[in-house]
Amino acid sequence: MKTNLKLRVQALGDPTRMAIFERLERGPLAVGEIARSLPVTRSAVSQHLKVLKDVGLVTSQRAANRQIYQIDADGVAGLRDYFDHFWQESLQSFKHAAEKSFKEKSQ
Amino acid sequence: MNAVASIPSVRHTITVEAPRAHAFEVFTRGIDTWWFRDHSIGTEPLKEVVMEPREGGRVFERGIHGAKCDWGRVLVWEPPSRLVVSWGIGGDWQFDPDLSHASEYEVRFIEEAPDRTRVEFEHRHFERHGEAGRSIHDAVDSGWPKLLAAYAESAKTA
Repeated sequence: MKTNLKLRVQALGDPTRMAIFERLERGPLAVGEIARSLPVTRSAVSQHLKVLKDVGLVTSQRAANRQIYQIDADGVAGLRDYFDHFWQESLQSFKHAAEKSFKEKSQ
Repeated sequence: MNAVASIPSVRHTITVEAPRAHAFEVFTRGIDTWWFRDHSIGTEPLKEVVMEPREGGRVFERGIHGAKCDWGRVLVWEPPSRLVVSWGIGGDWQFDPDLSHASEYEVRFIEEAPDRTRVEFEHRHFERHGEAGRSIHDAVDSGWPKLLAAYAESAKTA
């Protein structure tokens, strides 16, 4: 999960990919629709979408003979994933500190 | 379409072999004794983490040269049973003092036996940090990748 999150952050480090991602935040779109609103070719958009899809930030589905792209809600919940690991480790550390200091106190 | 309407809470429950009052004390006044040293947002290496023990108290870190970095505020202070703290640090790893942009965590200390406490933890309202896309966007040119790398490193040695 940590590695995936890092890859996602890197994937969005490209300004064009970030722009595509921001378009998709407003709703699902086809490649042509994205290309029309950006100064890049259709095939460049497709390449960028593939990268975003590979790291789990967008998903696609076929509708009426067109590929429609949308944001993968699970993929963008990275902040939550981060904190899940963060607290799991921190609470273990808290547990050890509390038990150790209690033992010392009661000796 | 709102990309992230709501992000599920992070929940954890642990059992601590110590009385409830002691567990509460260590979690709050003793936060510096258990906080991982590399979980820090300051520009200086972390010297200490402080939770001011009262409602409205600040939670902050102090760097080795004295620089302070706020993390949040104590919203509910009910020793020895309950604590709620705001978390003002979003995906850009910067402190935002606006409480409407802050998530929060609640910790409940439940007595299972005189020397045993169940600690129920919930970190909720991540969506208040703004849309995840925005968070990731900000993270690209700030400290998040660095922090993740440090985190991965600490997880390896833990």
